[in-house]
Amino acid sequence: MKTLSIALKIFLVFTILTGVVYPLLVTGIAQVVFPRQANGSLILKDNNLIGSELIGQKFNSTIYFSSRPSAIENNPLPSGGSNYGLTNAKLKAQVIERKNKFIAFNQLDKNMEVPSEMLFASASGLDPHISPEAADLQINRIAKARNFSNIQKQKLKTLVEEMSEAPQLMCLGESRVNVLLLNIALDKLK
Amino acid sequence: MFTTFDFLQIIIFVGLLIGLTPIMGNYMYKVFTGEKHLMSAPLGWFERLTYKLVGVNSTEETNWKSYAFGLLLFNLIGFLFVFLLQLTQAFLPLNPTNLPNVSWHSAFNTAASFMTNTNWQGYSGETTMSYLVQMLALTVQNFVSAATGIAVLIALARGLSRKTTDKLGNFWVDLTRSTLYVLLPLSILLAVIFVSQGVIQNFDTYQTAHTLQGAQQVIPMGPVASQESIKLLGTNGGGFFNSNSSHPFENPTPLSNLLQMLAIFLIPAGLTFMYGKMVGSKRHGWTIFTVMLILFFAGLAISLYGEYSANPIFGHSALMEGKETRFGITHSVLYSVVTTDASCGAVNAMHDSLSPLAGMVAMVNMMLGEVIFGGVGAGLYGMVVFIILTVFIAGLMVGRTPEYLGKKVERFEVTMAIIANVITSFSILLFTAWAATSALGLSSLNNAGPHGFSEILYAFDSGTGNNGSAFAGLNANTVFYNLTIGFAMLIGRFGVIIPILAIAGSMAKKKITPVSAGTFQTNNWLFIALLIGVILIVGGLTYFPALSLGPIVEHLLMNNGITF
Repeated sequence: MKTLSIALKIFLVFTILTGVVYPLLVTGIAQVVFPRQANGSLILKDNNLIGSELIGQKFNSTIYFSSRPSAIENNPLPSGGSNYGLTNAKLKAQVIERKNKFIAFNQLDKNMEVPSEMLFASASGLDPHISPEAADLQINRIAKARNFSNIQKQKLKTLVEEMSEAPQLMCLGESRVNVLLLNIALDKLK
Repeated sequence: MFTTFDFLQIIIFVGLLIGLTPIMGNYMYKVFTGEKHLMSAPLGWFERLTYKLVGVNSTEETNWKSYAFGLLLFNLIGFLFVFLLQLTQAFLPLNPTNLPNVSWHSAFNTAASFMTNTNWQGYSGETTMSYLVQMLALTVQNFVSAATGIAVLIALARGLSRKTTDKLGNFWVDLTRSTLYVLLPLSILLAVIFVSQGVIQNFDTYQTAHTLQGAQQVIPMGPVASQESIKLLGTNGGGFFNSNSSHPFENPTPLSNLLQMLAIFLIPAGLTFMYGKMVGSKRHGWTIFTVMLILFFAGLAISLYGEYSANPIFGHSALMEGKETRFGITHSVLYSVVTTDASCGAVNAMHDSLSPLAGMVAMVNMMLGEVIFGGVGAGLYGMVVFIILTVFIAGLMVGRTPEYLGKKVERFEVTMAIIANVITSFSILLFTAWAATSALGLSSLNNAGPHGFSEILYAFDSGTGNNGSAFAGLNANTVFYNLTIGFAMLIGRFGVIIPILAIAGSMAKKKITPVSAGTFQTNNWLFIALLIGVILIVGGLTYFPALSLGPIVEHLLMNNGITF
């Protein structure tokens, strides 16, 4: 009986400490020190929420940089990947289709190697990034769709370069471009 | 292509790990031996207050049976609380998205899962659990299940270093110190760093965005960072969101990814150092660390080979299915090895879509009993099981009574070590066999051919090993899987903890034999080689037939371009 009473009481103490005090304390610190990040790195335009910088959106229009394939069509409820194994025939069919589509959509050479992330679905289904190479391959198509002059097209090239992030702290992860931020900047390009 | 840049990333990770191990180890040594330490001044009052409130005499120690009884009772209360909170969340506050009550079988599975430090998730967090359940039930278990694992290890270390006593310590004190001094301060620090990288921490309702292309996107919110840090430090692995640490709100940058991997190994690695110090041989601690590191590198090398080899089905290597751009191949593979070595189970890539070899390494890491760093506490006490078997086998070879740390290893200890070892094999293989031969099991598959079998094998491997990662294509949220995996997790946890505490109790009673010329050394390269041999043969070979039917045959078929 004594053990039961201790077990119950100590469970209560830990529940309050780690289940209430701890998350509230972290929330307090986070909201004061990093309020933007704590609230989802949200992007507002004229007071309307257009998305989060970290949550990838679906882009398939000719006037925007395309995002990665997503097994959940970029709908975050719930997040997830395809979970196809590499010997799954459905995956093979999907990849062939995506490759042909990417090449046709961007009017590229039929035999070229398409960057891997544009052929395969991401883990979260919400990957906000593509590689700088994958962005470069789309510049011609976007410039054409937007009737850009040569000068504007040059500006677009510079924009992709500017918005490409190198590996973090020079040594971590991969080079990447945030597609949503790039497309927002693209809309502002004159 | 695997480049020197990828190699550098691995070196950075391992270098930091080695550097942090003695720092963490020394700190935990002070915490658990009651010496003054960094946190005694700011948090000591809370420890004393806790004992006063709950009525614990902190100097009173108990034998192994009372220690185990307190542990089991405390875990049972936690289990019931998590179970009941899920069944009533719709009537409770902090549920801004109005999520309904959880089904009984899913609630059972999740309660078993979080209590056993497995954090297998049959559900999708963002569409199942209210903020109240995430905090009050799941985050709390993240702390106390990890603290339970550490407590068992501390009791074992005491049993091995003491002589002629039946006292192993006080479970409530070990539990309190683990939580208050080790897990809590680190979690707060790490959570704040995570937020700086973009992990969210709020109580807002889900936000509806109107995207640039004019569609609607509902963006989930919640107190994520506070759960994220303890999820890794406690080797729990249960994500706030369905896609776990691949979700940009859980793991937004390569830096956060590096910190996550370090957080997973930090305490288990530090414990090897602390253990060495507690049993009176720092060198023995480093010996165990070395064994773990060698096995880690072996798994990593095979995984990287699997991922960077050309794939005949797709015509090139480095496939990005189920991986995130910011992590690329190397950080994804490294994470998959780290999380399955430790019984963490957080994932930053979908393991179902890994190459067959990398998927196999993940499975083998778990099958070996989660001893490569392993779960907090659990990894090292699992390793001690293998050490006991190793000194026993070495003793048989030279015809001398086996000893470990000056204590004779006799029939009782070997029996208990074998029970701890065999019970997990039974759970993995028998449940897998059942699921693979019944409609109940097969109807949940997402992939055909050998990969489908791998999905089942992985599930029971992960559950029994208290890992919690998944080949997530398997629809495990069914009555059959919720119950079978639920029981696998309970067997894998308490089927090991109880024999371990029994060993601790029996060892504590023994005298310490002085070291002589004939003593089998447990801190040299010969011992390292023998221990690795025993781990691979005793721990691994049992599963070879099952692995042949899954990832091995899949790898061969894939190399011939065959799909299903």
